[in-house]
Formats: sequence, structure tokens, C-alpha cells
Amino acid sequence: MAKTHLTFSLNGRQRDDVVPDNMLLVDFLRETAGLTGTKIGCDGGECGACTVLVDGSPRHSCLTLAVTMQNRDVETVESLAENGRLSAIQRAFHEQLGAQCGFCTPGMIMAAEGLLRENPSPSADDIRQGMASNICRCTGYVKIIAAVQTAAAELGK
Amino acid sequence: MEYLPTLHVHRPATAEEAVAVRANHASARYLAGGTDMVVNIRRGIEQPEHLIDLSDIEELGGIQASANGLRIGAGSTLKDLADDRDIRRVYAAVSEAAESVAGPTHQSYGTVGGNLCLDTRCLYYNQSEWWRDSNDFCLKLKGNVCHVAPGGSFCFAAFSGDLAPALMVCDAEAELLGPDGRRRTPLADLYRDDGMDHLTLKAGELLVAVHLPPPDGDGGSGYAKSRVRSAIDFPLAGVAVRLGLSSGKARTLAVALTAVAPRPHLVEGSEELKGRHVDDAWLDDLRDLVRAQASPMRTTTTKPWYRRRVAGALAAKVARRIAEG
Repeated sequence: MAKTHLTFSLNGRQRDDVVPDNMLLVDFLRETAGLTGTKIGCDGGECGACTVLVDGSPRHSCLTLAVTMQNRDVETVESLAENGRLSAIQRAFHEQLGAQCGFCTPGMIMAAEGLLRENPSPSADDIRQGMASNICRCTGYVKIIAAVQTAAAELGK
Repeated sequence: MEYLPTLHVHRPATAEEAVAVRANHASARYLAGGTDMVVNIRRGIEQPEHLIDLSDIEELGGIQASANGLRIGAGSTLKDLADDRDIRRVYAAVSEAAESVAGPTHQSYGTVGGNLCLDTRCLYYNQSEWWRDSNDFCLKLKGNVCHVAPGGSFCFAAFSGDLAPALMVCDAEAELLGPDGRRRTPLADLYRDDGMDHLTLKAGELLVAVHLPPPDGDGGSGYAKSRVRSAIDFPLAGVAVRLGLSSGKARTLAVALTAVAPRPHLVEGSEELKGRHVDDAWLDDLRDLVRAQASPMRTTTTKPWYRRRVAGALAAKVARRIAEG
């Protein structure tokens, strides 16, 4: 089994691991790093539940080999809360009922995080387009869009 | 969940090094974004023992403008392409194609090279190992029968990349690096009409960049596609049109199709539409010309007749949009 010495930043902390070359990033996050916020939904890049940010851009961790993250900066949903206080996007999802069953929520929140960093005041259409890689099986999209709008307004204050 | 085979990941620093690694390992595959390659590996369609991760290679990145036109590194992401103002202004079809691929997350790490070298797709091929096994596999992989056209020995799996037709109507060239050195070829020549072996790349060759010539005068271009959902899905049909106008008449015209054949291809016979006034009758003729040359097979759950009809309608729609400015 080929392994690689992997050094990268995970949620702002430097990691130093020996990782099998065939390990997916999502498995590394969940099994090795114990960060189970990132979900495995479809296993094929079709649902977005596994979305994380790599160097600030959204990426499917189920289609990414962990060893290709060498020297890169990975952020998961666990990075957002500070000292136990939810981030504006997390709070908005909570308050606007943006989560139903909640399974797509970590991916939705990371996609929204990526979107708002690039476009701090998106229109409803920008949000629909910017989060079109994420599927909510409860089909609760109206509340999800409202949550992102609420977060954008909050962050813009 | 399907597990990945045991494999070695290589991280070459230069394109030459990547080609050398490939030459040393027969089963090696290049890995760029991985939006399609990793899915195929997980489904047992690809079983490489070696993967060559291209993300560290500087030469593959960047979009550079010069007097000779534009050089787009094959490692540029689809988002890089969609966000580039020069491309949006001058080669609108390319921007529109880039931002129509899958969804925004895929675009943020899927690459130009990956989209151009995308494997062909079919209902009977892009399935899990057990699904294909229970169906006695298919002609394209491990099987003897084409379930799309039983009895035949031709694979109809459709090429489904969006960028290729858009770049083809803009006269793009591909820059390739192989064990024998570098070469340039018209992008259209990168493909052949064979779902099992649709790329004309020589053994171990790597797509390094795409070159676009400066645009010739006025006119514009555009791309449109049809798909089941408006995000994530691959196209049922995709059409790129470049149309140059002079006083309301078609001066130049190029049309290319994707997702309706094993390769993206330029529509032939568009000369007859040149010199004529671009009006409703002209748009109808363009639509019919495209329909006659779109030959989708039963490779998706959507019926071929619909894909053929929608290809024509999309061509007319894009041409009308360009003509109306």
C-alpha cells in the first residue's frame, strides 16, 4: 500500500499524517481527523453533502484524494463556530429553518461560506446559481436561500 | 460505498516529468480536478495503479493573452475561464460553456483539460460495477454486446464535454506534449467518431494548453445546452454557434455539437447559410441543418428524438441571441 507523508492545514491547524494514496479526503476528515460534520451523500459529486473549502474554494471531498491536499488549506464546517458561538451563516440556517433533516446542511453551509466570501451581497439568483452543486433531499430550498440572504445581511452590517 | 484500488499517486513538478512517469507505467492515468476520473475509478471503470496528479505543474495553469490570441493552460479551472473578462467579451461561447458545466463547485476545481479529455458517457457504462456486471457489462468495457445497438460492433457512448464545441467554433488548437515532444493540432482533430476510443491522443500524450486565435472582426458566439436538471447533469445536447454579421447578413458561421455523438463535431454545410439575411426562415434552416447532423443514440434515459430536436432548437436560439445582439 503506497503511502504519502501529507502536510496541510486543516481548519487553521497544521496536520502531519502518513496517508494511504488511495484515501479520499472525506474519509481522512471523518475517520482520521474525526471531523464527522462533512457528510457522504451520493459518493459521486452529485449531491454536494461532502463540500469543503480548499484554498477558499468549494470542493467535493468525496472526489478528492487526501494526498493531493499537500501544502493546501482545507476548511470544514467545524471551522466556522468560534469559541462555541455559531457563525453568521450557521446562525441564519438555524433561525431561518434552513435545515430540515440536516444531512445536506454542512455542505450547504460550506458552499454558502465560499459564495459569500466571493460575493458578500448576492441576489437570490446569485445564491441559486452559486449553490447549484448542492442538493437538499427534503427540498427545503426556499428556507436555505432565505438563510443565506439573512447571513449576507448580517455580515454586511 | 466503493473503495478505491491500491494506487500510487505521483506529483510531478513539470509537464515533461508527468509524461515521463506516464511512459514508465502503462496503467497510469492523469488526474486533474478528478470530478469525473475519481467517480470512474470508484465505479471500477478505470482501475489505474498509478495516478499522476497534475495540480503542481505551473505550465498547466494560467490564461495569457498575446498578439497571437489566447493561451489557456489545460489546468485552468472552469471557473477561471468563466470569470475571465477577455474571454467573456471576445469568446462568449467559451464562458457560457464553462459556466454551464455541472455546477459551481465542480467548476471551481474541474479543469479545461479534464473537460476536453472527458471519457464518453452512456447509460450502460456510467454505472457501478455490480450494475454493469448484472447486465453482462457492455462493448465499451468488459462485455461483448452494445446494449444501445445490440448486434453492432460500434460503441455509441456520447462525448459530453461542454467546452469542446465552444472552443471549436472559435478555431481553437490543442497543444500536446508526449514522449516524442510537443505538437499542435486543431482541437477538432483531437476527437474521433468511436465511443470506445474517442481521443486521438498518442500513447502517454498530455494536453498542455488550448490556443485561441484573435477573433476576426464583429459578430459573436454563444453556447446552450439541454439537460434534465439545470445544474449538475451532463448535457442531452449542447450547441455552440459563432456568427459574424454584416448588415444583417451572415458573413461567417460555425456551429459545433456535443453530447449527440461519440465526439464533438463541427456542423458541415453551413456555407449555404452564409450571405443570407438572418431572419426567421434562416433560423429555421439552421435548425434543420443541425437536426440532420445530430445523431444521438439511446445513451441516456431521454429519447434520442428529443435530443435531436432540441439540438436544432438550441442552435436557432443561440443564433437568434447573437443576431439580436
